[in-house]
Amino acid sequence: MQRRSLIGYAAGSLLISLLPLSLSAAARQTLETVYGNAEFNTDRVTLKLPALAENGSSVPLSVSVDSPMTDVDHVSEIRLFAEKNPVPEIARYRLFAASGKASISTRIRLSDTQVITAVARMNDNSLWVARGKIVVTLAACIEPLL
Amino acid sequence: MALINTRISVPTQAQANTLVEIKTLVSHPMESGYRIDYMGEMIPRNILTRFTCEYLGQPVIEAEFGPGIAANPFMAFNLLATTTGELVFTWTDQHGEVSTETRTLLVVDP
Repeated sequence: MQRRSLIGYAAGSLLISLLPLSLSAAARQTLETVYGNAEFNTDRVTLKLPALAENGSSVPLSVSVDSPMTDVDHVSEIRLFAEKNPVPEIARYRLFAASGKASISTRIRLSDTQVITAVARMNDNSLWVARGKIVVTLAACIEPLL
Repeated sequence: MALINTRISVPTQAQANTLVEIKTLVSHPMESGYRIDYMGEMIPRNILTRFTCEYLGQPVIEAEFGPGIAANPFMAFNLLATTTGELVFTWTDQHGEVSTETRTLLVVDP
C-alpha cells in the first residue's frame, strides 16, 4: 500500500514537472521573476506566429484566450515574453470585459531563434500559458546600421 | 510628440452586441536602444510605452510596450459594440508625451 501510493506520488510529481521541464532555463527564470512560483495551466491560450521569420525586426504575432469576457469571467492581463531578447518582456496588455473577445494581434522584434511565451491572467488570478517556437534568420534589436 | 500618420480602422457601422475589430498603426521608429550607428555610438532608446483605447468612457484595452515591439506599432483588438459612442485612442512615449485620436462608432439596432 505504501509503495503503491509512493508510485502514485512519483507519477503525479512527474506530471506536474512536465511543464517546467519544457521551459528553457532562461524562460523559467523570466517567468519566475514575474510570477514567482505560480502554477500555470495550458489549453486556453492560442499563440499564432510564423514558424520562420526571415527578418526578426517585424514578426506578426497574435494571441487569443478562450474566455466569455463577461464582468464575472474575463481575461485581465496578457503578457508576452521572448526569452532571448535583451528585454524579455515584449508587451503587457490589460483587458476588460468591454473587449468582448480576448484576441490581440501585433508585430514584434526578435533577436534570435527562440521560444515565445504568452501568459494570460484571468480575473480569478489563474494563469494560462502558451508557447511557440520561431526560427529567425536575421536578428533585430541589436543589428548595426548598414 | 504629435504622432504623424496615425491610422485607425474602425468599421463605419456595427450592429448592437456584435464584435468589431479595431486596428491601429502609427509611425514611430521604436528605437530599441541596442543599435549602434556608423560612428560606433549607441542610438538612444526612443519608444512608445503605452497605448490605450476607451469606448463610452470605459477602458477596452491598455497596452504597455517594451523595445520588443516592432517599429510602427500595429495593434488589432476587439470591442463589443453596444451603443453609438466615442472611441478614444491614446499613445504615450517614454518621455510621457501623449497623443490622442478619437473616432465615433456608429451602432445600429439589428
